Amino acid sequence: MNTALRLVMAALITMAIVACQPKPKPTEEVPPGSETTTEGAAVEGAPDPRDYTDARNFDNPESLLSKRVVYFDFDKSTVRAEYRGIVAAHAAYLAAHAAGRVTLEGHTDERGTREYNLGLGERRGNAVMGLMSAQGARGDQLVVVSYGEERPVCRVSDESCWAENRRVEIVYTAR
Amino acid sequence: MTVTENMKKIIFLLLALLVHPLAQGQLQIEIISGNASALPIAIVPFSWEEPDPAPLTGVAEIVSNDLYRSGLFDPMESKDMPDRPSDEESIRFGTWRLLKVDYMVIGKVRTAPDGQGHELIYQLFDVHTQEKLLSQITTVGQGDLRFGAHRVADAIYKALTGVPGAFSTRIAYVTAIGTGKATKFELVVADADGFSPQSVVGSPEPLLSPAWSPDGKKLAYVSFEKGNSAIYMQDVSTGARELVSSGRGINGAPAFSPDGKSMALTLSRSGNPEIYIKNLATGAETQLTNHWAIDTEAVWAPDGKHIYFTSDRGGKPQIYRVPVTGGNPERVTLSGDSNARASIAPDGKRIAVAQGRGNEYRIAVWDTESQRFTILTPGTLDESPSFAPNGSMVLYATREGMRGVLSAVSADGNVRQRLILSDGDVREPAWSPVIR
Repeated sequence: MNTALRLVMAALITMAIVACQPKPKPTEEVPPGSETTTEGAAVEGAPDPRDYTDARNFDNPESLLSKRVVYFDFDKSTVRAEYRGIVAAHAAYLAAHAAGRVTLEGHTDERGTREYNLGLGERRGNAVMGLMSAQGARGDQLVVVSYGEERPVCRVSDESCWAENRRVEIVYTAR
Repeated sequence: MTVTENMKKIIFLLLALLVHPLAQGQLQIEIISGNASALPIAIVPFSWEEPDPAPLTGVAEIVSNDLYRSGLFDPMESKDMPDRPSDEESIRFGTWRLLKVDYMVIGKVRTAPDGQGHELIYQLFDVHTQEKLLSQITTVGQGDLRFGAHRVADAIYKALTGVPGAFSTRIAYVTAIGTGKATKFELVVADADGFSPQSVVGSPEPLLSPAWSPDGKKLAYVSFEKGNSAIYMQDVSTGARELVSSGRGINGAPAFSPDGKSMALTLSRSGNPEIYIKNLATGAETQLTNHWAIDTEAVWAPDGKHIYFTSDRGGKPQIYRVPVTGGNPERVTLSGDSNARASIAPDGKRIAVAQGRGNEYRIAVWDTESQRFTILTPGTLDESPSFAPNGSMVLYATREGMRGVLSAVSADGNVRQRLILSDGDVREPAWSPVIR
């Protein structure tokens, strides 16, 4: 094999590796340096998805820590049973990581007035905060910000879309 | 003199426009449903008696458009006019009567005596009796014929309906262009006919709830630019602004008191949204409501003695009323699934709300005397009603497909018009007070 061909192959392999890198999810806010390296994962193996104190589980689709949105019923702020596990997982992480900080962003669908929805979004954020606090997260680790109906993820005026917009996003500002 | 003040204001506005040209188009207004009993009127093109060339859009055209949009008038198109008299002696009333015109306006535009600005000299006639109903001179600053024309329309409207016109007022609204995190928000002020849009503030984070000061000089609004809701107060002509509130939790729903000295606002620092009154001179805040429910969207009664607000203390949002001095809130809206975001008519007796029923939201007006609602709009996602300062119309936000647009409806629900921006989403309208 001549040198030129070797160089071309090396270039192709490099490109293939770059192309295979997982794209960062735009909704996740991960501070620089906190991401686990692929070599580390390869050496130690996949983390136990039920170990909610393990930061690697933030990117492990098997783990509840990778889920960071809680959805609500119309005009309600009760955390439904199916989302309690997610809330508990993040509470466990925060309890184990004193430096961890979370903003609970409360959102609503477009029905109802904008200022009332600011109140409703805050109620949802507070409901998640209350559960997390009861499960070991400290008050100074949690901040609720309500966006009301101002930051929809879906813009069609129907129930499937409204259901996606009625949510609390668990956003880590520090892990 | 007020005219000179207005001149200054307008020059300021023009300068501001030069500094911050708005990329978006202006609002386009069209009547969706009209009024069969609209009064036939002819606004004869004003004769132009200034040395400079006449502007492309004449005074009469602006006046005609204003009156048409009110839904109460059916102005004749200038191409259908038999002649264009500009003084009383040359009006051939018989010809106009044959054309079934009930009222006509003639006028001229001259350079103001001080050489700085325009004089609009005009008369209004009853074509049938040949009676002169109005004869006036309106003086405006250099290059502000549009404002002068709106003043003329205000005077004609008042002479024929008994109600002061609101054509020379302005509207504030929020535009949102783009989707998702790339959305760009802008708070805009425009003439009531959608012309001369001027950007007050732009932000990559949501803007909402603009509220006018009673002198029409300032806007209070909510901005998320700091990552949480915060209330700002901004001078519309100079752009100077101050932070009013940015505490933990919600800082929302600002509303100036009628004397301009206080502001009602919603704060959730106690753990849930409550109404507070802030003294704008001292900064002192008084808590007005105290309930676990969501209490928000405060507005002042025109006499400044009561605050109306939205609360879900009864289960669903309804309008309540509490004395400004404090006390027990009483429920105001007694029917309808949910009623929120009150706007009080200048007479203090009619309250426009966004009324919800299932997934349908319509603008409805609660009459405090008859204790009944009149539903004004067809829905289905109508919100943010804002009464015109003369009580004749209600401006509101609605949806067309996936886009937000503004509409205005006459207070009796008969006439509806749509204000379309060339691109993006328009919402959160607030009609200015009468600017003197």
